[in-house]
Amino acid sequence: MVQTETLGRVIDEHPFFQGIDAGLRELLVGCAKNERFEVGEFLFRNGGKADKFFLVRAGTVAVEVDVPGKPPIIIETVGEGEVLGWSWIVAPHIASFDARAMTLTRALSFDAKCLLKKMAADPALGYEVLRRFVPVMAHRLQASRMQMLDLYGPDGEDRPAKKVKIEVVKAVKGSKGKNRKADALLAAPEKPLKATRKADKEKASKKQKKAG
Amino acid sequence: MTSMPKDPMLPVPFRIERVQRELSDTFTMEMVAKDGGTFSFKAGQFNMLYVFGVGEVPISISGDPADRSKVVHTTRAVGAVTKALDALKAGDEIGVRGPFGTDWPVEAAYGHDLVFVAGGVGLAPLRPAIYQAMANREKFGRVVVLYGARTPEDILFKKELERWRGRFDMDVGVTVDRATGKWSGNVGVVTKLVARGGFDPLHTTAFVCGPEVMMRYVAAELEKKGVARSSVWVSMERNMKCGCGLCGHCQWGPHFVCKDGPVFRYDRIADMFSIREL
Repeated sequence: MVQTETLGRVIDEHPFFQGIDAGLRELLVGCAKNERFEVGEFLFRNGGKADKFFLVRAGTVAVEVDVPGKPPIIIETVGEGEVLGWSWIVAPHIASFDARAMTLTRALSFDAKCLLKKMAADPALGYEVLRRFVPVMAHRLQASRMQMLDLYGPDGEDRPAKKVKIEVVKAVKGSKGKNRKADALLAAPEKPLKATRKADKEKASKKQKKAG
Repeated sequence: MTSMPKDPMLPVPFRIERVQRELSDTFTMEMVAKDGGTFSFKAGQFNMLYVFGVGEVPISISGDPADRSKVVHTTRAVGAVTKALDALKAGDEIGVRGPFGTDWPVEAAYGHDLVFVAGGVGLAPLRPAIYQAMANREKFGRVVVLYGARTPEDILFKKELERWRGRFDMDVGVTVDRATGKWSGNVGVVTKLVARGGFDPLHTTAFVCGPEVMMRYVAAELEKKGVARSSVWVSMERNMKCGCGLCGHCQWGPHFVCKDGPVFRYDRIADMFSIREL
């Protein structure tokens, strides 16, 4: 009884279920339990059954993708006051990412089977839960799109290589404020400057041959 | 005595005193006027930097407005002129015209919570306003700096962010778009940090600088939190040439970004953000 009361209070206090009707909260309590994850422990794994979702109470969880031969890429962190996992709503209820505790994490977990059953029996509960999940899903979809846009600029491979930089230095120093060709060379740095010069020489020699 | 001439089209020679590598493609230059004069500017303004024989480029000033002895610019090497700038070193000379444009209204925000939201290299134009705010810390409520970068390796002014985070009178949130296991901070878009709040929306002034798409989403998130559009300021970027509203290169609807901007009040330009042709 004491634990039920505690769980109810935790649900009430968590921003995700803030303001939920007391009757509906009682239905949620029946499917909830407190969990604790040590650093590095997985809350769920990619390809595993999505049979739970979590309300994070404390700590940070990394949502990540495992890349063979490379360290896993973290695509999102979920922290205190946030909800983790929505694959339990969508068939075939399989997790699409790994969720790993970055710090000691305390969370309230909800048994998906138990909750789905209650949601099917009580449309008010079903509506209430989905009403709260849909904005989270929409927000994460929007965030993923923004991340895909790669707004903050070129990646490592596109950055000026040291070699190109040296060529640019030479072009600037050699221009002495007069040679406008440096401008054109610098405007197309993707094309190695040496290669451009070589092409120019070839053009000139062809012209000479023609003239000859 | 100021170094800058009355003719805004006339570049003044400045000597590069120090070049600091910030990221693999981003660097900060400290410059002093060759004639030994001082340089005054307001946070948010920009200069036209002229690499002799190559060309001119508009770059926001990233130094402290209170320090008139030098002018500081943080630049990402992406185009012909900025790559040429990147090739210069201490002792080299460049031409400087400016300062141009509107400023972050730091003084008008006295009494408010102040929220700075920056993305990528957009932290550079905001840094002078952060310096100004911290020099007048007692005049504001909460001061919050929210910063988003591509990866942990792309965080600009990392040491400074750490120093600011260590202060007891400033909240600093940093997030990256993606990371590997070595990173223990936030991963996700900067709007997520805005959503967490930590400021009083009804009494908040927000300064936002970064890619246009990011600013649009941040402004929307601030609005969702209850911050009025008229309390949000953004810094725009366009192809500025003359710097003083003569040539029209940077025309953006009814505005010249170099003269009417780069800092705009969001409610005045919000509708233009969604016009694809602009």
